[in-house]
Amino acid sequence: MTEPFISRGFRGRRQPGATAARLPPGQYETPDFPVLSAGPTPRTPLASWDFLLRGADGSVARWTWDEFAALPHENVTADIHCVTKWSKLDTMWEGVSVDALLAAAAARGVKASPYVLATSDGGYTTNLPLADVMGGKAWVAVKFGGAPLAPEHGGPARLLVPHLYFWKSAKWVRQLRFMEHDEAGFWESFGYHNYGDPWREQRYSGDP
Amino acid sequence: MATRGASSVIAATPESPPASRAAGIAWRLATVVDVVTETPRARTLLLDVPGWPGHRAGQHVDVRLTAADGYQAERSYSIASAPEDPRIALTVLRLDDGEVSPYLNDVLRSGDRLELRGPIGGYFVWTVALGGPLLLVAGGSGVVPLMAMLRHRAAMPARHAVPARLLYSARRWEDVFYREELARLAEGDETLEVAFTLTDAVPPGWTGFGRRIDRMMLAEVAWPPAEQPHVFVCGPTPMVEAVAATLVELGHDPARVKTERFGPTGGS
Amino acid sequence: MNGEALRLDGNAAGGMLSEIFVPDVTAARATCANCGAMREMGALLVYASGMGMVIRCPSCDAVVLRIARPRKQLWLDLTGVKLVVIP
Repeated sequence: MTEPFISRGFRGRRQPGATAARLPPGQYETPDFPVLSAGPTPRTPLASWDFLLRGADGSVARWTWDEFAALPHENVTADIHCVTKWSKLDTMWEGVSVDALLAAAAARGVKASPYVLATSDGGYTTNLPLADVMGGKAWVAVKFGGAPLAPEHGGPARLLVPHLYFWKSAKWVRQLRFMEHDEAGFWESFGYHNYGDPWREQRYSGDP
Repeated sequence: MATRGASSVIAATPESPPASRAAGIAWRLATVVDVVTETPRARTLLLDVPGWPGHRAGQHVDVRLTAADGYQAERSYSIASAPEDPRIALTVLRLDDGEVSPYLNDVLRSGDRLELRGPIGGYFVWTVALGGPLLLVAGGSGVVPLMAMLRHRAAMPARHAVPARLLYSARRWEDVFYREELARLAEGDETLEVAFTLTDAVPPGWTGFGRRIDRMMLAEVAWPPAEQPHVFVCGPTPMVEAVAATLVELGHDPARVKTERFGPTGGS
Repeated sequence: MNGEALRLDGNAAGGMLSEIFVPDVTAARATCANCGAMREMGALLVYASGMGMVIRCPSCDAVVLRIARPRKQLWLDLTGVKLVVIP
């Protein structure tokens, strides 16, 4: 077995330091906010934007942009971890907690199921257990760093689930669909881990 | 005849040139034999690549850097040298916030080795045998693969039968790669025209263009669509898309307008 | 900067695809299974997100091909492509 070639003097962009303890295994901190995209940036006008929670029985709770804005919003500060190895600490968001959405939906007769599929403009999907979007773990975010969420970062609204790898925080989210059985989303069906816990380094399918 | 689904790949290829026949293009260890400063922010690496199978103008290589702890970064760089040249040349623009280009510009030196694989790409290639006329439109470091095409053309006795034009957009004159060589090539060859446009600042006495490439400039520089030029556009993605769209609007056949997008800024 | 400024051409996928295809694939002709448009692979739009390459049809934006490299395996999804003929 030959030894791998090492490029003399190359260290890459990473800076190990004081924040190392806050980084999950294999992650590096970045000061930027890289834009990673699987397609062109959707541009849904706010006048036609809506957000849905859809029950497994087909029942729907729907909010227009104005109705969504009237829901209780929270400020969230979170560390985010991308499976491509960059992490960003103390990012600041504002949005509606999924708990609040679940409660509002239940009041309209839309019942939750054990699994959720988030679907976005442009066709992106990602799946999560219901337990991972409840209990203060997930939001639909509309602001980043105090300003309205930019389209390249998922605006007008994206899912925010910081305790899992960031591909689960679906940009341009439009719907959370409840499912009785788990269904793999865009990356989960294509080599990436179904759950995606950064602290157990669950990057790829087959990782324990 | 159309078939659907994943089984629909037909891999027959009777006549592919040697440059693309390598199975699973292998990573090779090249040695840097010389380094040439092109501009304050760009330099050309001249490489000896063991077992290099040859290439066509327009192709690129993937370069891979490995740190001592195993961390790797990979980027693509267009080959600047002609297939006829003895050494492989890569011209790299230094991006201040890049990860690989600062290493290739500041740290790498003669005698060092560099892991690369290639040549890659059968779409964005030109050989004299394809004929012309040849229209090349470059934005910044996008000139690199187009320079390989011009160097290849210059090496061929039949070149005068293929008229060529390069429209090269750069921010300032100091940012232009290959200044002397382009002047020399154009001076010795009536069938080659080189036009520059500088978008940020022009030197005193400048008689070239002094603005972003636009429809009027392309209409002036390009051959009429009826001449059916082979067109190659390379540079930052927004520039490439705007130029390609404008050429199609002007009537050029989209199938003859080939693009190589370098991403947002044209480098990494 | 937006998703469009980041996109590349099919050439950008050439290196990874060379790991499984013997002839160069960037000159191959791909027909979009969604809209039927046929182009050379190099003329398709590549969105390279770091997680993988998502290759889309310039005519209708549908996903033509996906490439990912989890753990050194190469995953290839060709379900968006009707026919690939390598000249």
